[in-house]
Formats: sequence, structure tokens, C-alpha cells
Amino acid sequence: MRYLPKSDSERRAMMDACGIDSPEALFAHLPEAARMKRPLDLAPGISEYEIVDYFRQRAERNANGYASFLGAGAYNHFRPVLVDTVVSRGEFLTSYTPYQAEISQGILTTIFEFQTMMCQLTGMDVANASMYDGSTAMAEAVLMAVRATGKGRALVARSVHPEYREVLRTYARYQGMPVEEFGYVPEAGTIDLEDLDRKLDGLTAAVVVQSPNFFGVVDQVKTAAEIAHRRGALLVVVFTEAVSLGVLEPPAEADIVAGELQSFAISPSYGGPYAGIIAARERHMRQMPGRLVGQTTDSRGNRAFCLTLSTREQHIRREKATSNICTNQALIALMASVFMTVYGKQGLRELAEQNLAKAHYLAGKLKPRFCGRFFNEFAVRVEGRTPDEVNKALLKKKIIGGLPLWRFYPELADCILLCATEMSGRAAMDSVAEALA
Amino acid sequence: MITKVRNHISQNEPLLFERSSPGKKAYQLPELDVPGVDAGEALGAENVRPEIEGFPEVSEVEAIRHYTRLSTWNYAIDYGMYPLGSCTMKYNPRINELVARIEGLAWAHPYQPEALAQGSMEVMARLEAALAEITGMDALTLQPAAGAHGELTGILLIRALLEKRGNPRKKILIPDSAHGTNPASAAIAGYAVENVKSTETGLLDVSALERIVDEDVAALMVTNPNTLGVFEENIIPVAEILHAKGALLYMDGANMNALVGIARPGDFGVDVLHLNLHKTFSTPHGGGGPGAGPVAVKKVLEPFLPIPRLKRSGKKLTFDYKRKDSIGRVRAFYGNFGVLVRALAYILAHGGPGLRNATVDAVLNAVYIRKQLEPYFDLPYGSPNMHEVVFSDERQAKNGVRTGDIAKRLIDYGFHPYTVSFPLIVHGALMIEPTETEGKRELDQFIEAMISIAKEAESDPQLVKTAPHNARTSRVDEVGAARKPVVRWKP
Repeated sequence: MRYLPKSDSERRAMMDACGIDSPEALFAHLPEAARMKRPLDLAPGISEYEIVDYFRQRAERNANGYASFLGAGAYNHFRPVLVDTVVSRGEFLTSYTPYQAEISQGILTTIFEFQTMMCQLTGMDVANASMYDGSTAMAEAVLMAVRATGKGRALVARSVHPEYREVLRTYARYQGMPVEEFGYVPEAGTIDLEDLDRKLDGLTAAVVVQSPNFFGVVDQVKTAAEIAHRRGALLVVVFTEAVSLGVLEPPAEADIVAGELQSFAISPSYGGPYAGIIAARERHMRQMPGRLVGQTTDSRGNRAFCLTLSTREQHIRREKATSNICTNQALIALMASVFMTVYGKQGLRELAEQNLAKAHYLAGKLKPRFCGRFFNEFAVRVEGRTPDEVNKALLKKKIIGGLPLWRFYPELADCILLCATEMSGRAAMDSVAEALA
Repeated sequence: MITKVRNHISQNEPLLFERSSPGKKAYQLPELDVPGVDAGEALGAENVRPEIEGFPEVSEVEAIRHYTRLSTWNYAIDYGMYPLGSCTMKYNPRINELVARIEGLAWAHPYQPEALAQGSMEVMARLEAALAEITGMDALTLQPAAGAHGELTGILLIRALLEKRGNPRKKILIPDSAHGTNPASAAIAGYAVENVKSTETGLLDVSALERIVDEDVAALMVTNPNTLGVFEENIIPVAEILHAKGALLYMDGANMNALVGIARPGDFGVDVLHLNLHKTFSTPHGGGGPGAGPVAVKKVLEPFLPIPRLKRSGKKLTFDYKRKDSIGRVRAFYGNFGVLVRALAYILAHGGPGLRNATVDAVLNAVYIRKQLEPYFDLPYGSPNMHEVVFSDERQAKNGVRTGDIAKRLIDYGFHPYTVSFPLIVHGALMIEPTETEGKRELDQFIEAMISIAKEAESDPQLVKTAPHNARTSRVDEVGAARKPVVRWKP
């Protein structure tokens, strides 16, 4: 087998050295009842050619050559070539978590830069080295708020990504943590501040708001922060479309920011792997989950980096750790870093403005459901037909339409959520507008 | 003698922010084919940010040099053996990277219609079936993003089942040799953790378990082979003790690399286990992730698996969201799909017989290392080992040389260190896992290096205690980093 480097004679020599005459002897100490009595019922190994062929055939059975207007937590953005060039380097791809700092300065330095860029983008003081994805980052941010405040209730906007809310419910359910929701203003699509104020009490640890929210609407972070802080709750701000931070005010009034970086050169890949992020105010640093890289020096006095504050983590604190997370999304975070490096200060702004222009072009031909200001996503009401019928008609033109909202919002059963990015061509947008007209 | 490496020039490189200068660019966007929009008008002036202060501005050439130079400061499997015990640092086949990037898979949106996602769903179904066969379990979820995430999912499944039976119970038993994620995961699932002492031979204590397993115990979390690399010989009686009291057996599958094709957890009493696809199934660690932590269960736990569940409906695959007993979602969408693609590619490349051969070679490599190093290092537990072996630094400690020092000295010899000071039941542990993808030559060089360091610990302990000497970066002050944390660059 091509992944096993030993020749038969090397194997024999090693077995001789070990004093055994057959490979079976290696397993002789296993209890007989625990042993497998037959070979694995899996086909014999195949060549590279056949493997490529198998996956090409699977890919054929997916959408190919379609223009897509889906967003809702996973976005179609161009991936600069440098991204895969960098993450394909064996030194990054095939290295382990950098516990041994002396021979891991490469990845440690990139993580330190990543943490810095995350702070610059979000307006927070500290950012961790990544979480699994946006949804688990949000759940962990709420648990972090619980630790920081000593309170135990979460209040989440209904305009937060529905699947993120489901994940939070799973995490909260067995901790006996009440998770309640507050609504959105039906006309604007922004959070219902009165509902928030009414439901907020002194036992609430976290108020969770997404901006731009699930409907693409830029939400009222500042006001939400004022309301939350008045009752001693922390404000957790979630983002799913990181490109928006190229043009939108950072959520600097938040106490914790939990986000998804998929937009930063991470291919949609049917839902993962993506990279989540938690950033926060400095006073909450010791409550953060996940790895952190810090600056220090080596014994010769050179600048060096290492994993730090690990007394928060499971391998030291075990059941008293701030989280059980160990493996994170380091290589995916590196993709995001290269993306931020390639676009840089000017490019991210320009990219965000292109997204804004595309989405507003499309919206200009339609009637958005909400009057709130939006970035690159917006909901539209479908008239005369169901959203599924419209999407079906679009598929015939090789266009995947928006996400029908009935799945998550019964009251918006006649709406679809459309997303336009720098990848959306004018002709495809015109076709969508025509189908929805 | 150091034979594996000699020094070469290594490039210096400042931080990205120090390299930046105003006006530099590494990008070009296409001309807009629609009218431009004024950000202030569209978003409201109060919602538009000023420039992102400190954000990088570099040219394309500088960008690629930056990351390439940094990359050379890392050790990697592609450079050589990475003997981290419990981490299973095996070769990462490059074909896996290629297939994960095939456009129809890499650009599949999680919400594209199921009829246009059948290829992705087939990949998932095939991987589920293969992993069920390998583990001897009845059903799987591919949703968890990593091992610890799988542990949390598995414990939540146990809790949901016990709740359904009327009593979620109070605690999870965890051996003192367990990974730190085990107790941390149990705690998030709302359980108290009770540590169970191992026997003098480093194994589960059957008679102690008989005494402590009662109606308050929800489950025992066990790693098998355990973190000493030793197969739990009493695993079947242990499962019986738990089951007799209505408790469940959870297996941490981190060490599954020792078992594939040889023994199946489903056949030795395990009710639920997670796998680390980034260990046993060769997906790259990438400097810390991504991984994937599928959870496999027996039938009795199947109703509680996270939504959505993949199911066949005629010729089509579909996602089932209507499952009243489900614990709910543990993450958005369906899991780390790109990692799943890589793991399936690995399984297809090996096939059934190849996977078993890999296990045999992994165990042979570890047994070989043990045999060669036993005369030089203390072996605190003498039971036969499987895919990894754990020594202690007892002999070297007499000269003040500790496991961490030996590890750092290995860097000078051109190897990544083994796992240091784990498992906790071994004082001064050296935990070595070679994996099956090391040949005899690399193993022999490693063994020579270890023997040479053992001799240095006698003849020149100071040399070992101040290592590494030949690395670009000398010993790093971790205490200083934690005392006054600097976790971001500032001008």
C-alpha cells in the first residue's frame, strides 16, 4: 500500500528485533472475545486515478455551473490564489498544534497576526485563535458571559441565524440555562427594542444580537448594548458575513463578539470546515474559551510566540476548564489571514462596497420585505406564487435562487432571502429580478 | 551524533503590520458591472466605519514571501517523524487535498436544493457506512467538528437516553489516565466528574468499578487502548458491570489507529464513541485544526442523534429534520464536510485489507521503539503496548534532566518532540506514537537520537537542560508570556 513505507524485508527485520514471528503476535494479548473474527467488509484499496474519478462523479451529482443567490451564513466570495498556495505548504498543512513553540514559530506568528486582525476588524481588545464555526462560537460566547456575570439566562434575538440559535439551545439545555427569544420589528427587520427591554431581567447574562442580522439588515448594536448594560447583562454580537466589516462600524459596544469567517476565502464546502472566532473586551480574557497565542522572548532574547493562558484550557484544568475545545480550525483561520493580507486595508473596503453595490442593484429591481438598511442580503416577498415555485423556475435558467424563509420563519412563508456578492453577475441578477417580478 | 539534520539559512521576517506601508496592494477587483453605491447613503453615515486602523497593506510578492518565510519556521510531518503520543501524526495524503477541492464539492452551498446536493450526501452516506463497519456500531452522526465536540455530543446522547428512561443520573466516571477533554466535555453536559484510579498495571480497576457503579452513574468514559497504549483487557466485563446498573460505556476513539480491522468497539460493549478523523483517518492537523469528530452509537441511542439525519428515500438521499427525541443541533449545517471528503478518500485508498495492514504497521512501529529504548528509559507499566508507548524520565531525572528537556533536545536532532508529561498517571511521561507511516530508517534515526540524549543526560545534563541549541528559536519563555499577556500587535 502506497502510504505504508516499509518493505517486507524491513518488516521482517523489525519483527525479528521484537522477537515475534508474525504480525498476529502483536495482538495476541487482546481478549479473544474482543477480536474481530472476519476481515472488514470494505472493498480493496484503489488508485489515485480511481479516487479522483469517484469524487468527480459525486461532484457531478451536485450543482455545477449554476449562479447562486444563497447566503444565510455561507457566502460565495472569490478565493484569492495565494490562499491555497499558502495553506498547501506542508509546513502549515502537516504540522500539529504548536505546543512546542521552538519549532512552531511559523504557525504561532500567523495566529498572533490573526488575533490582531480580528481585533482590528471587530473593535475588540482580544481575539482567540479560532473556534469550530460561528454557531459554536456563539454558544461558547454565551457560556462565557454566564461565567463572567455569574448569571444564568440568555436572551437571543429571533433575527439571529436560526441554526445558531438551535446550537445554543443544545448547549444550554442540559446546563439548565433558560434561553429566551425576543422579536424583530416586522417593518424594519431590526430587533424589537421594546420586546428586548420587556424580557430583559436582572438574571440575564447575555443579550445576543446579530448584525447584519439573518435578514441581512444592519442591526441596532449601540442601543442593544445600552439596554443590556443597564440590567447588568453582557452584549454578544454575532456576525456571519465577515466582509460586511470592511465597511460597517465594528460592534465596539459589544462585550463579546462571536463570528464566522467563511466569507474570508473559505469555500462553502457544503457547510464546513469554516472558522469561528470569539473576540472580547480585555477584562473577559481569562474567561475566553480556546487557544490564545501570546508574545514573549526566547532565551537569546529574540521575539517569540507561544500558546498562553492555558490554565483556562481542558488539558490543564480538566472539568473546570472554560471550554472542552481542543482542536480548533487553525488552517482555516490561516486561510482567513491570507485573505485579509491580500485584500488589506483598501481591498476589504472596496470588496465590501462592491457587495453593497451588487445587492442594492438587485434590490433596486425588487421590493425588499424589510425597510431596514442592509449589506449584501435582503428578504423579498414573492407574489402570486410560492417561493419554491419561483426557485424551480430559476433552476431552469441555471440559477439557484434565494433561501425560502418558511423553513425558519412561518410568518415569512412568502419570502425568500437573496444574497448578492462580488461574484454575482448583472445578467444573472436581471434574470432573478425578472422571475420575481 | 546528530545525523538527521544540519543547519541552513533561515529567513527573518517581520510581522505583517511591521511590513505594511500605505498604498500597497496585493489585490485587484473587477470593474463593477452595476452602478456604484455610496456607502453612507446605503447604510447610513453612522453605520459606516472609518478605515480599519493598522490593517495590513502589502504587495503580492511581499505577501507570499511573508507566509513562505514563516512556514519554514515550522516543523511538519512532511519533514519527518512527529512522534506525538495520542495525536496520531501520520502522513496526510495529497490526493485528499485535491478531491476536497473539486469544484462541485468545494463550492456546494449548504442550502442548495437536496436534488442538487446528492453527490455531497452520497459522500456522507458512504463515509457513515464505512465508519459503522470499522467501529461495529449501528448509526453515526458526522456533525461534530472535532474530537471534544464529539465527546460533548456523545455525552448529550447518553443524557437524553437516560432522561427518557426517567433519570438523567448525576455523574460520569473517568479514569485518571484520560484526556483532559473527557472531564471538560462531561462538565458541559451538566455532569459531575468522578475520577477513577487505575490499577498498578495502568488498567481499569474492575473491582473498584463494581463498587462505585450505582444508579447515580450515567456512564464511564474510557479510552481504548488507553493513553498508555495498552488494550483494556477487562473491557467486556467492565461493560457488563455498567450495563447491569443501567449505565453506558463511552469510548474516546482517539486511539482507534490501534484497532482498525483488528477489534471493533461495537463488539466489546461500547455504546457510543467518537472518532478523530484528523488522527486515525489521515486528515491534516493544519497547525491545530480543522478536525472532525463523528459519533457512532448503538441502536438504542440512534433516536437522539443530532438533526438533521441523513436518510434514504427511494433512490434519493434526504435530510430528516423531524426527530422528536433528537438532542438538537451541535453545529450549523452538517459538519466539516471537506474533512469528511478527505477521510473517505483515505478509506478508499487503503480499502479494508489496507486499513488493517496500517494498524499492524502502527503497532509494530511502537513495539519496535519500545524494544529498542527499554534499556535506556524507565518503562513504568510493563503491559504489552499497541500503537504507542509511554516511558518515564525517572532515570534521567536523577541528573536533573526532565521529560520536557529531553523533548527539547530532540529538536536539535531534527525530530518533533513526543508528547510531554501525559498521561498524568506517569510521573515525567514520554509518550511516543510513531504511526504506521514511518519507515525503518526514520525510526532507527529516532531511536539513535533518543539513546544519544539518554547518554548526554549522564555525561552533560546541562546540554540537555538548555536545549534546543540548533533551532532558529531557543527555549521560549512561556511563564513570561502568561504573566503579562500580549495577545495582539500594537504600533
